[in-house]
Amino acid sequence: MEKEALVDLRKVIPGDRMFLDLAERYCYSYDASFGEYLPEIVIQPKNAEEISAVVKLANTHKIPVYPRGSGTSLSGGPLPVKGGMVLDMTLLRDKLIIDRENMLAIVSPGVITADIHKKAEEAGLFYPPDPSSSNVATIGGNLLENSSGPKGLKYGTTKEYVIGLEVVTPTGEIIRTGGKTVKNVTGYDLTRLIVGSEGTLGIVTEAIIRLIPKPQSKQTFVAHFNHLIDSGHAITSILSSGILPSALELMDNACIRAVESYRPSGLPLQAEAILIIEIDGHPLAIEEEINKCADICRAEGASYVKIAETEEERQTIWSARKLVSPAITQMGPTKISEDATVPRSQIPAMMERLNNIREKYGLNLVVFGHAGDGNLHPNIITDKRNITEMKKVELAVSEIFEAAIDLGGTLSGEHGIGTLKSPYMEMELGITGVNMMKKIKEAWDPNNILNPGKIFPDKGQTRVVLVP
Amino acid sequence: MNLPAKPNESNAAVQNLYSDAYDWTNQCVKCGYCLPACPTYESMGVESASPRGRINLVKMAAEGKIDFQKDLAEPIDLCLGCRACETACPVGVPYGHILEAAKEAIENSPSANQKNKMTRIKKLALVHFFPYPKRMNRIGSAVQLYQKTGLSKLIRSSNILQKVSPALAYLEQALPDIETSSKRIRPGTIMPAKGETKLKVAFFTGCIMDSMMSRINRLSIELLTIAGCEVILPENQNCCGALHSHQGETIQAKALAKRNIQAFMQTDADVIVNNAGGCGASLLEYGHLLAEDQEWAAAARAFSEKSKDISQILHQLGPLPFTEGWQGIVSYQDSCHLRNVQKVQKEPRLLLQSIPGVSYVEMEGFDRCCASGGIYNLLHFDESMKILDEKMKNLNETKATTIVTVNPGCQMQMSIGIQREGAANQMKSLHLVEVLAKACGLD
Repeated sequence: MEKEALVDLRKVIPGDRMFLDLAERYCYSYDASFGEYLPEIVIQPKNAEEISAVVKLANTHKIPVYPRGSGTSLSGGPLPVKGGMVLDMTLLRDKLIIDRENMLAIVSPGVITADIHKKAEEAGLFYPPDPSSSNVATIGGNLLENSSGPKGLKYGTTKEYVIGLEVVTPTGEIIRTGGKTVKNVTGYDLTRLIVGSEGTLGIVTEAIIRLIPKPQSKQTFVAHFNHLIDSGHAITSILSSGILPSALELMDNACIRAVESYRPSGLPLQAEAILIIEIDGHPLAIEEEINKCADICRAEGASYVKIAETEEERQTIWSARKLVSPAITQMGPTKISEDATVPRSQIPAMMERLNNIREKYGLNLVVFGHAGDGNLHPNIITDKRNITEMKKVELAVSEIFEAAIDLGGTLSGEHGIGTLKSPYMEMELGITGVNMMKKIKEAWDPNNILNPGKIFPDKGQTRVVLVP
Repeated sequence: MNLPAKPNESNAAVQNLYSDAYDWTNQCVKCGYCLPACPTYESMGVESASPRGRINLVKMAAEGKIDFQKDLAEPIDLCLGCRACETACPVGVPYGHILEAAKEAIENSPSANQKNKMTRIKKLALVHFFPYPKRMNRIGSAVQLYQKTGLSKLIRSSNILQKVSPALAYLEQALPDIETSSKRIRPGTIMPAKGETKLKVAFFTGCIMDSMMSRINRLSIELLTIAGCEVILPENQNCCGALHSHQGETIQAKALAKRNIQAFMQTDADVIVNNAGGCGASLLEYGHLLAEDQEWAAAARAFSEKSKDISQILHQLGPLPFTEGWQGIVSYQDSCHLRNVQKVQKEPRLLLQSIPGVSYVEMEGFDRCCASGGIYNLLHFDESMKILDEKMKNLNETKATTIVTVNPGCQMQMSIGIQREGAANQMKSLHLVEVLAKACGLD
């Protein structure tokens, strides 16, 4: 790190929240995705004013700034790919106010998402976005990546809940967008622009999020299918029957086998798919709806249908889904997790394309995910030390993206573009589309200070490179 | 993109760590699910104080990218070893094994010669005292003399320890009253069951338990006999080696394990019972510790399979014949090594709840480490007290008059917490066995 820059930084951040030692820097060199990049310095700011001062200095000294929450990103969002400084945002966690009258929460960005869930529920309210990392991840990270989870199907994604922000811009100004009203059409909707901008357009220092009444009750059932295509039909039939489940999860045969060999749970090894469906709402309504869903599954050829009668049975059903992650990592230490998303009518077609890719490259490719909203998670299990296989993985990943886009879908449903999907941006958006986005970035961040190296590919980069 | 390069072959220490722990560190997918479970991440707030950070640093060290002493030693040293992260990990990374491999590597690294004073004291205790029951007993007797003669009162009123080391001052006050050595049950003794013999058990006395807390051992044995156990105290047993493993003294830990295996496998006991969460975890892991030792591996596995915590046996054979009951609100602080390694959590609670008169209240954060961490509270006093003070806030909420633990370190740490709160008149820190024994009319 340049001496002058350091001298300036010391004037705005106390020494005990600034880390230059190699050990700490290595601890902020990764996230939950792929790759390791050593920052020059790690800073733990405590408020918007400190961040504003740091970002202004970064502009003066041309140092890249990488904001980071809990580092659970699966797309490389917080990775300091060009060195510079990591801003660990976890100390900005003072504020978690539930405003019952206006049905809002006002939160600091370092607050853990699950704490918002908890506080809201204590007030009889509900914040639906539920990424599986919500016990760890910060709301700031969730907003900037626009990450969601199983409940997206019924309740929509994070962006549907954010109505106001305080943001430090890439040049260091502090601005407010939106406000406390659900309706707001004053000027450009900068709130929506910043949510999901992956930290390239601003650093969120406070957010106002909308809450809804908490559903009174929920019910869960599981259905096994011997043919994947039948499970696809069951999904479309349920969704066109006027019922909107709060979760609709799918596990393919490779997942089922992985779970059974990891921890035998009595799952059917011959089944090509398992669907787990949860419905929430008024107890009388969901009783009727769950039975209707179960009937639809039977009519579509389910070999087994079971509605959970007790909380224990409900947990048993979900435990199979929760075992997928540990089970598949037993097959190899490296997991490449994708989230290509297709219109839900195309799920059977996408599953078939994924099967072909698995066979073509002979890879350990398993598929699970939020089938109800077309957000599948094809995961390739491999070992990054096996260079030959990694080269095949690179090709397979490219083909997964091609398949999703062919079928009218998108590169990423909820993980973000980051470093891993940037080479494919043009494939989805076309060169003009990417250029419009670049123009926004250049207008907001003339010095390319905030999270450089993300979303937009380097020149000539046309596919992901995982190994040299 | 940087990729794991094989470390420099010439550096034997790096190579050793690589072969010991690299595959384990690679199992970590860096999801961060361990972060909320980690007491030091919560109190220190930096990634290097988190399990994910530490695992990655061990990986970096094994790749030869960072220095063992300069970069790795401190973050590893600041870990409590509570292993709560293992229970939170969705992919089953063996953090405990990684930690011990790292400690061993740091201990043996060529640059390890500049040791500070504390390290030397630590080593003195580990090498020259804990392994030798007679020496430990002499310390126990000395402490008893110290307490009996009134010297302890003199020292306390002079405040001299507070000036030398606040850690030692607290610890001195947290020491239990030591029972006269004449009451100590001698090795080699066989105590018959009271009534029908339901189970034959061999009792593990432990080094600190045997010397400083021999009363708890005596009460444990009496409880086991009234529950229907014939209790054997095998001769030539010694320290479990937990403290040695945790400090990177693996060779000594293995030697201690072998002596214990020899001592216990000569008996015909069905179960090997201990009453200290930390020791129990260590006994349970002999199978792992000696897995590479062809001569001992099978016996070590068999030993580990037989090892049980006293709460498991008393619950299994219960209900206990309570005669006196217990008054007041009782709360329970899990021993990390009992909960996270031995996976025992319900038995101590059920036993406490079964005592007539007990009003049991669970405290918030019962499963979080008290930061005793073996001798962590001596080595890292400030860090430890920060975590303990948070725990005391939760404990006070329960309005408990008795806080129960199942490990000597936790018991003393909770005593320190009570002292720091100035609550010695309202609250007591007791071992589960003391509470059960009192309720059964044993003393």
